[in-house]
Amino acid sequence: MLPVVFAASFALAQVGADRAGADKRRSGYQDMGAALQKMQDDDSANPGMLFVQLGQQLWSKPAGAANKACADCHSIADMKGVAARYPAMLKDGDKPIDLEGRISLCRTANQQAEPFAPESRDLLPLMAFVANQSRGMPIAPPQDARLTPFREQGAAIWVRRQGQLNLSCAICHDDNAGKKLAGVTIPEAHPTGYPIYRLEWQALGSLKRRLRNCLVGVRAEAYAHEALEYVALEVFLMDRAKGMIFESPGVRP
Amino acid sequence: MTQVLINAPKTAKKGEVIELKALILHPMETGFRPGTNGRIIPRNIIERFTASWNGNEILRMDLSPAIAANPFVSFFAVATESGKITFRWTGDEGFAVEESVAIDVA
Repeated sequence: MLPVVFAASFALAQVGADRAGADKRRSGYQDMGAALQKMQDDDSANPGMLFVQLGQQLWSKPAGAANKACADCHSIADMKGVAARYPAMLKDGDKPIDLEGRISLCRTANQQAEPFAPESRDLLPLMAFVANQSRGMPIAPPQDARLTPFREQGAAIWVRRQGQLNLSCAICHDDNAGKKLAGVTIPEAHPTGYPIYRLEWQALGSLKRRLRNCLVGVRAEAYAHEALEYVALEVFLMDRAKGMIFESPGVRP
Repeated sequence: MTQVLINAPKTAKKGEVIELKALILHPMETGFRPGTNGRIIPRNIIERFTASWNGNEILRMDLSPAIAANPFVSFFAVATESGKITFRWTGDEGFAVEESVAIDVA
């Protein structure tokens, strides 16, 4: 028993030392070339900023039967830190919602407008605009015990092998991160920059799109757009990236 | 809604070489891709980008279907006089956008 306890406390001490010392986690930003990093850092070259600008216009545009704009209820300053915190539980909700869900809920419940289509030209700019307010802040998931089962669900999906290639998320992004998949460096999959402008997409996309992309990549059937699995994965990923700097809108290859 | 991001210095010394950057939201649809219904999506690209300084053209660029969506153009110019730098994009489906920035040359 004693050696086990010793090993366990040693491991804990190691974790503590790692936390206290240099954070070994890497954002996808650090794995990009200098040119792409510059592209992300320069607000006039980062195509994601086009969508942020678009979102800023939508922010004060009234919509729906209530004829209210986002700006009528929220100040922009209130949006600081929101994207670095979500997914979160609603006060009386029984499941977590992500930023996309939160915006959609506001739209249908408070503005009484038609819901946005997923990944649409209205929803993504609003997400980008809200997310941009949290740029530079550390990712800080809420301390909410109600999130625990969903985080565990997300963690279970993370390590579950799936698809014809029979791979789990963890096999690539934990065990082989930093190595190459063909010519591409496998990132550690920290959701630090969403929504991201991905050059391969030539468009802005949400974390959900990225997750679907990976699921299709391992030849699994992607969950339906509104599936809770995505949010559970997001809860898990945000917790895994806790304390890392939020950098939306990120640029990725 | 058209979206443009321009980065140009507000002031410059006479004779100074300045960098001008312009980014525009545009799908740059090639005209070679089939859509979800199997039919070819018609070409929709920006055909021409021009920049002029107080009405004098300083750059003209023809764009092709091989250029990615949301084209970003960066180029250099010699600051000669105070005034207005105008950027203009024209293309398929009657696309025409103009955006100007003021510059002070001392």
